[in-house]
This record gives sequence, structure tokens and C-alpha cells, in this order.
Amino acid sequence: MHWYLLFMTLVIFICSPSWAQVPQIPARSVQSLNPEISLDGLAAAGYFSEAENLNFGGHDPKNQGFTFQNLELTLGATVDPYARADAHIIYLIEDGESVVELEEAYLTTLALPYRLQLIGGQFFTRFGRINPTHPHSWDFADQPVINNRLFEGDGLRNPGIQLSWLTPLPIYLEIIGSIQNANGETASSFLSVPLEEVGAHVLGERKVHHLDDLVYMGRVKNAWSLSDTVEMVIGGSGLFGPNASGLDSRTEIYGVDLYTKWRPLNAQGGFPFVAFQAEGMWRHYEADDITGIGLPNETLKDSGFYAQGLWGFAYRWVAGTRVEYTDGNGDNAADPLRDRRLRLSPNLTFYPSEFSKWRLQYNIDYAEHLNDKALHAVFLQFEFLIGTHGAHVF
Amino acid sequence: MKKIFAILVAIFLIKGLAWAAPLRVVTTTEDLAAIAREVGGSLVEVESLTRGIQDPHFLEARPSMILKVSRADLFIEVGAELEIGWVLPLLIGARNPAIQPGMPGFLDVSNSIELLEVPTGRVDRSQGDVHSLGNPHYHLDPGNGKAIAQSIAKKLVDLLPNQSETINQNLKEFNRKLDEAIIRWKNRMKPYEGTKVVTYHKSWSYFVKRFGLNVIDYVEDKPGIPPSPAHINQLITEMKQEKPKLIIMEPWFSRSIPDLLSRETGTKVLVLPPTVGGVEGVKTYFDLFDYLIGQLISALSQGA
Repeated sequence: MHWYLLFMTLVIFICSPSWAQVPQIPARSVQSLNPEISLDGLAAAGYFSEAENLNFGGHDPKNQGFTFQNLELTLGATVDPYARADAHIIYLIEDGESVVELEEAYLTTLALPYRLQLIGGQFFTRFGRINPTHPHSWDFADQPVINNRLFEGDGLRNPGIQLSWLTPLPIYLEIIGSIQNANGETASSFLSVPLEEVGAHVLGERKVHHLDDLVYMGRVKNAWSLSDTVEMVIGGSGLFGPNASGLDSRTEIYGVDLYTKWRPLNAQGGFPFVAFQAEGMWRHYEADDITGIGLPNETLKDSGFYAQGLWGFAYRWVAGTRVEYTDGNGDNAADPLRDRRLRLSPNLTFYPSEFSKWRLQYNIDYAEHLNDKALHAVFLQFEFLIGTHGAHVF
Repeated sequence: MKKIFAILVAIFLIKGLAWAAPLRVVTTTEDLAAIAREVGGSLVEVESLTRGIQDPHFLEARPSMILKVSRADLFIEVGAELEIGWVLPLLIGARNPAIQPGMPGFLDVSNSIELLEVPTGRVDRSQGDVHSLGNPHYHLDPGNGKAIAQSIAKKLVDLLPNQSETINQNLKEFNRKLDEAIIRWKNRMKPYEGTKVVTYHKSWSYFVKRFGLNVIDYVEDKPGIPPSPAHINQLITEMKQEKPKLIIMEPWFSRSIPDLLSRETGTKVLVLPPTVGGVEGVKTYFDLFDYLIGQLISALSQGA
């Protein structure tokens, strides 16, 4: 009995906090080798004046009612002293079905000499400004019409490699080249998916035989700091690859882009600011008759632009307007993906913090295949971001 | 003959100096740049990515900044998540292996500072934009100026081992001047010890600790989130009771709420840029405290 009491006393003594306490050193940093993780949810309520709507983008608000545009899981970390890796995994709900998309997963080198950088994996082609960006960082609730026509709902992305070079000039001049696979629905202007149609030309199955059967991109990006408060970026991009409307038919896409932003030095939380962004794109699509159903051999030409202005007029408030025009050549008036289209979209966004937003947007839309009748759409969009603080490319 | 020889020697000396190109140092803030200039002297060419009047929490990775970082031999950041929103794309975009984290050309100064307000409990963003590693505005304690200089000097010696004597000499000289200045500043601030103030953001913690001011409350109830009406009401009541002498705010915050508080309570608003380069003429770390203390004393003595 005595032994038992003595033993218990000893146990209590050893376990008591005063004895167990070691000097408290405040944690200096979160010691973790886990990647940076963030989760971004983007959803919208939408109203369309017609039952048939024109929002074809994979991440556009497109339902009469609610659309969960996407849930993006982002993981990123340094791999070793030579590289880092990033992945963006998308969860969607399509007609009640949950869908997972591997949007991007790529390695970026950090240690190459001569200001070279290699990216390898599955990634968005760095064509223009909108194509490589994720839906949550768009300034409007939906993607531009021209991007939707040339790169379909999910944008141009595929497995491949990219090499870029920051030239040693005194101005910012970056030259980027990439090679990616040409097949799949994320390369709709190229090999795409058999039985899909481009301008009524049914696509066939085209295998990869030589290097010509991949998609090549070249881009030049040039930036100037006009002052401490104004910076301007201009870019030009070209895409070259095969398309599956014929056995040796090819597609070329060219684009120019401009972005400029003014923000005073004493801005509070990034406000006020004024930003302007515009992109123009041209596609030459050699359309052939791979399935042999007697279609004419023709070149489909599509072009379009969007121009948008944003005004961060007060702390946390942004007013924006976007104007868009796209058209195609030939017998295109009845084709919803090649007809003449004009759209105007004013919007107003409120950011309660850096980690959430509320956006109200109105679209007025004129499409040739719907006899240029005015279509109206209203969206109320919201976003939340949890996890690591994101940082965006200028 | 002698003259020609002397001229030749002079030419060689000048040439020799020109050949030893200075180390290119890029810092995120003007405060770090000012201290790096003191420690590096003519061995370094220092450039800050931000201007003193800018809020270092909210910047964008502009291509012009990427260009500067791409040419740097040494990149110095404040750390403790201050620049979390914009430094990563700069480092990736710069394609400069020498200044990547973990390489000899990268320095996170916060690692050599004893940070205040390191959260001990659970942290989440319901508390606003909290800094989970502690308060990053540590340059506002001149005592930390010595730790900053020490950490930069150590890095410079690593990168320029042949120049260690010069660098350590510069460091010694900086520390000596700073020790003197701290005594001078403390003496000037002595009559105001315990003075009650309100600050907009939690950015003056290091300064008030050093100089003995008493922050009774903040205009922001949560960092980075505009104050709620309930908090403003409570603050007005508190200020009427406690009678603080000043409301101190940074130039990037909107004046509307401080002005409202001032109208309601009669407390004066003092706009103080907390960084080197925040106003014309504040070019060194010493100028910064001369300026801040001068402004504080003149505001406090007018109020008396």
C-alpha cells in the first residue's frame, strides 16, 4: 500500500506541469515540409433572358439559377534546390456529376544559367494574357468570347515543355517557346477530339508521326515601367500545329496583348487604381475533308478582340467594363462558334478582404445566329480563398 | 618623369577601382536598403524595390522589379510574411539562381530578429490578415537596426570574403553611431514616456516599446480589415476616458476614420511615414528616427 502511494505521488509529480515545463521558446517559423496549399471556390447565380444562353466556357456561369464555376485546389512547393512544382486541380459539378480536372501540374526550374527557365508537365500555354490564368483571377465572371472560340471552355493546355529566356537587355524582354501535345478537348483548334466539328468540318483521328504533329508556341513579352506608378506590358504570341480536319491540314493562331496599370504610391490595400487590358487574336484554320463526306477544302478565318477597363474607385471596390467583338469568314452566320458576336459587360466587384469577393455583372449580347437580337444576362458571383496567400503575375 | 609615373599610378588606381564592380544588392524596402548602404559602403550598389511611401504589404510583382532581381547578387527581404503577396513571383520570374531562398545570395532578415507579437494560440483569418510568424515592422526599433546590420554584414562577408575587414569596420562604425543616436533619441523622448496614443495599424509596436509610448488601442480592430462601427464607437468612449494625445497613422490609410475620431474626441491625427524615403530628405536610417521623433515631439508639445 505504501509503495503504491509512493509510486502514485511520483507519477503525479513527474506529470505535473511545473516539473515538466521547459523554457518556452516562441516558434520562429512553421517548420513544415508540406507544400503550400490553398483552396479557391468560385460560384455564381445567373439569370438569362433566353432559355438558350451563349456562355459556353467550361467555368462560366451558364445555368439559369446557380453554377458552381470551380473549386480549385492549389499545391506548390520547392522540390529541391533546383526546381519548384505547382499543381492546380479543379473540381466541378456538371449536370449533377462531380468532375475532376487536372488543370495544371508542372515543374519550374530555378537554377538554370543564362536566365533560362524550363517548365515541364501539364500547363496552360502562355498564349496572351487570359489563356494562362485561372478563372478565379479573371476580372469578369466569364471568359472572353474569342478565347472560348479558339481554345474552347477550358483553355489551351496540354502536357509539354516550355523554355523561356529573360534577355539581358536593360528593358524587360522575355522570349518564350513551348511544345505541347495537340490532341484532346484542351487543344480544340488543333487535333482536338474525333467527331468534333469546326465550321461544319468533322474531325477525324490523326496520330502523331513527327514533330510537326505537336503544337508550337512562341511568345515575346515586353514591359516598361513608365514611372513608379505606371507599368505597361505588351506581348505577341503565335501558335502553330496540326488540325484533324485533314491528314495534313494545319492551324495558325496569332495574338497581341496589352496591359497597363496605374496605382498611386500611397495606395491603401492596392486602391485606387486604373487598369486597361486588351487582346486581339486571329486564327487560320485549314479545313479539309478527313472523313470524306464531300466538304470543300477551305481556310476558316476567325478573329476577335476584347478590351476591358477596371477602375478601383474606392478601397475594396472595382468597377469594370469589357467590350468584345468576334467574327469568322465564309458561311458562318448560323454557327454559334463562328458567327458575328458583339458583347458588352459592365460589372462591379466588392472585395471584403483579399480572400473573398462579390461581383455583379450584366452582359448584353448580340449573336448573328440569333438574328442579332439583344440577349441579357445578369450574374452574381462570389469567391472564397482559404489557405496560402496567393500571388499573381503582373 | 616623376609626374608621368604619378599620373600612371593614378590611372591604374582609378581603373582598379572601376574593375572591382560593386556587389548588386536588391532589397524589398528602403529601410533595408539604407542599412545595406551603411554596411556595404562603396562595395555595394543598393536598390530598393519599393518606395518609402508604399505599403509593403500590398504590392505587385511588376516586370520592372523582376528585371532588378534578375541582376542582383544579393536579395534582402524583411520576411515574416510581410512580402508574402508579391516576392515569390519575383524570385521565380527573375531566373537568377544566385538569389533563390537557400542560396548564398538570399537573406531573410527576420530570421535574426526577436519578433514581437508571435501568436501563441490558434491563428486563422477571422482575426484579419494576421502575421503568423510575428510582427514584421521590426525596423522601427533602432535596437533592431543593429541586428539588421549584423545580419547583412554577415551575408556580405560570405559573398565578399576578401572585404571582410572593410565590412566589419563599416558595421562597427554604424553600430557606434547608432548607439550614440539611440541615447540621444531616448533622451529626447524621455519627457514623453508613458504618453498615451492610438495607432491605426499594429505597425508601431517596436517603436513604442523602445521609446516607452503607451498604445491604448488601434483604429483597426483586426489587421488589414476596416474597423467596424462597433469598434469605432467603443474606441471613442475609450479615448474620451483615457485621453490619448495622438492618433498615429501611415500615409496610405484613409484619413476618414482617424478624422472622425479626432472630431469626436479632440485627439490630434499625426500622419507618420514609417520608412526611409517616406518623406523628402529622410535618406538614412538615422534620418528616419530624427524625423519620426521630431514630428512626434512637435505634435506632442503643440498639444500641451
